[in-house]
Amino acid sequence: MAGKSAAAGHHDHPTGLKRFLFSTNHKDIGSMYLIFAMIGGIVGVLLSIGMRLELQEPGMQYFSDPHVFNVFTTAHGLIMVFFMIMPSLFGGFGNWIVPLMIGAPDMAFPRLNNISFWLLPPALLLLVISLFVPGPPGGFGVGAGWTVYAPLSTSGSPGPAMDFAILALHLAGASSILSAINFITTIFNMRAPGMTIHKMPLFVWSILITAFLLLLALPVLAGAITMLLTDRNFGTTFFDVAGGGDPLLFQHLFWFFGHPEVYIIILPGFGLISHVIATFSHKPVFGYLGMAYAMVAIGVVGFVVWAHHMYTAGISLNTQAYFVAATMVIAVPTGVKIFSWIATMWGGSIEFKTPMIWAFGFIFLFTVGGVTGVVLSNAGVDRGLHDTYYVVAHFHYVLSLGATFALFAGWYYWFPKITGYMYSEFIGKLHFWFTFVGVNVAFFPQHFLGLAGMPRRYADYPDAFAGWNYVSSVGSYISGFAVLIFLYGIYHAFSRKEKAADNPWGEGATTLEWTLSSPPPFHQFERLPRIK
Amino acid sequence: MTDRMSGTPKPEKRSTRSNLKVAVSMASIAVGMVGVSYAAVPLYQLFCQVTGYGGTTQRAERAPDTILERTITVRFDANVSRGMGWKFRPVQRKQVLKIGESALAYYEAENPTGRRITGTSSFNVSPQAAGVYFSKVECFCFTEQTLEPGARVEMPVTYFIDPEIMNDPVARKFREITLSYTFFPVKESAKVAAGKGTPKRDGT
Repeated sequence: MAGKSAAAGHHDHPTGLKRFLFSTNHKDIGSMYLIFAMIGGIVGVLLSIGMRLELQEPGMQYFSDPHVFNVFTTAHGLIMVFFMIMPSLFGGFGNWIVPLMIGAPDMAFPRLNNISFWLLPPALLLLVISLFVPGPPGGFGVGAGWTVYAPLSTSGSPGPAMDFAILALHLAGASSILSAINFITTIFNMRAPGMTIHKMPLFVWSILITAFLLLLALPVLAGAITMLLTDRNFGTTFFDVAGGGDPLLFQHLFWFFGHPEVYIIILPGFGLISHVIATFSHKPVFGYLGMAYAMVAIGVVGFVVWAHHMYTAGISLNTQAYFVAATMVIAVPTGVKIFSWIATMWGGSIEFKTPMIWAFGFIFLFTVGGVTGVVLSNAGVDRGLHDTYYVVAHFHYVLSLGATFALFAGWYYWFPKITGYMYSEFIGKLHFWFTFVGVNVAFFPQHFLGLAGMPRRYADYPDAFAGWNYVSSVGSYISGFAVLIFLYGIYHAFSRKEKAADNPWGEGATTLEWTLSSPPPFHQFERLPRIK
Repeated sequence: MTDRMSGTPKPEKRSTRSNLKVAVSMASIAVGMVGVSYAAVPLYQLFCQVTGYGGTTQRAERAPDTILERTITVRFDANVSRGMGWKFRPVQRKQVLKIGESALAYYEAENPTGRRITGTSSFNVSPQAAGVYFSKVECFCFTEQTLEPGARVEMPVTYFIDPEIMNDPVARKFREITLSYTFFPVKESAKVAAGKGTPKRDGT
């Protein structure tokens, strides 16, 4: 990446360890986020395969203690959310692509950007430490689920494991809040001349909205887990009835964060899918303003639906009716997006390149997850399905599959720009097909298991559930193998060294990053581009 | 930021200032949201008290003047939390009273252990929509209760059903309301944190 910018004169261009440890360059930081997310993703996938190994057959095979299974579930959830999806879509692609797309030389606060990234490795380290220190009596690690509900997370887990996990979340939260501030400032103040807010690429829109969601939601999580921490260690009773507290308050606070969090996960994916589909359909995206404001609407409504996670927690009938209605309303802007993507493809000259195939997969899987979401939004139906594998299947279709397929669409779309090398179409498509088949075989049967009443977060189950669990486990091994294909694809691209053109996608790719070289110079846009 | 200074210095300075302005206002939003999450603690409690949410009962100075002919059955339920050494039960299983009429019920608590135990109770009524119409004039649950080893006490509750209940389209149909209490042991550390008492070790 160094070559051209050396000519740019007096700029420091640190090398080696210094370049990354003290980096203030948005591209280097973006690359570090992506590598960090890959490490997080591999750990998260290994944990999930561990769970599927145990669930492959009834009875206890690999875990002697069912608590260890719950520790795996908890760590899998936290790592995938905070150390895989968020660092890759928001941190990684956000850092790499947003300044390029808006024609800015870098982020508004490059040093803050460095802090945002370097808070994450210690956070992950704290979470990993929590696996090996005492949690509940006689066990190690946190087994309270990613939701860490009190009192299971207070009097139920007296050991220090929960404290380590809480501090890990604090650090990860601080990192995200700082980078949210950075993105908002960058997008508000550093757009190239002529790029009005209504001319911003949709990916930039999605990052802007995500940053606002982070800014409003994460401090509430920080507050809630701080209360947990003081309840555990300093004798406060925020969630302890004996001292006048209320454990339900924790659920309200957690889900006030938790529901926007799922949009934080998926919105950057929404943004980048629009670019991929427009590029490979050779058409501008259908309904640009509608697409942008649909994301705004999803973000706003996402803050007033949290109690649909709590239908079984004893909320009153009228409250349930409100949350059912509000939740279903979210299907409207989401539908606007799905249909606009289809309308973008309609009549286009569609190219079936790897990123486009991942985008197809994304639309299909996200729609399946969206439909089961509408089913679950009914309080009456949720009585029967709450905490069953139906819910697990639902949120994996929208998050694990929806967000991850968007992530891989973005990965193959920007891989030539970021690395300067072309990936192999064959390996990319092989990766897609193994993942697509694997995840569907893994998660679709979980709908059946959930409808049959299999509860989540248990290491064992009655023999009646054995058949579909076996199928689901096989699917998880197939998607685990797909991760190996993905890694081999990276190795292959870097060893083949086939140079990528500045714009490998042709006329469909219209955003500013394609006007730069591949990879872009260390410092770009020293003369700001003008947008007409 | 030095890399951006190389171009035209004047607009860059202006943008640095406005960058700071945006960043500071965004940071204050984040800090404000932490505040909101803590403000949720008293607000949530207030919300439950005002609306009777979750079956939270009301507190009144005296019973109302109007007494209706319609009667309602009140059932009594008693629980102790894990680790609470007391035996705790209602003296009467149920009472039938007129709406608006003031009634007196007793609960009995016994400390069979060899140590002094202080307890505090949480309470609600079911169905939850009746909470806003269930008013207590006097209740053992308003304060902490301490039982010496082997002691047994009867604890009174004076309550009435607010005649307003007849104007509620849902609650007017209720024929039975269950009043439930759960006793928790009071931890000394909890008292300190909640500011309910001075930190003292009472040598139990």
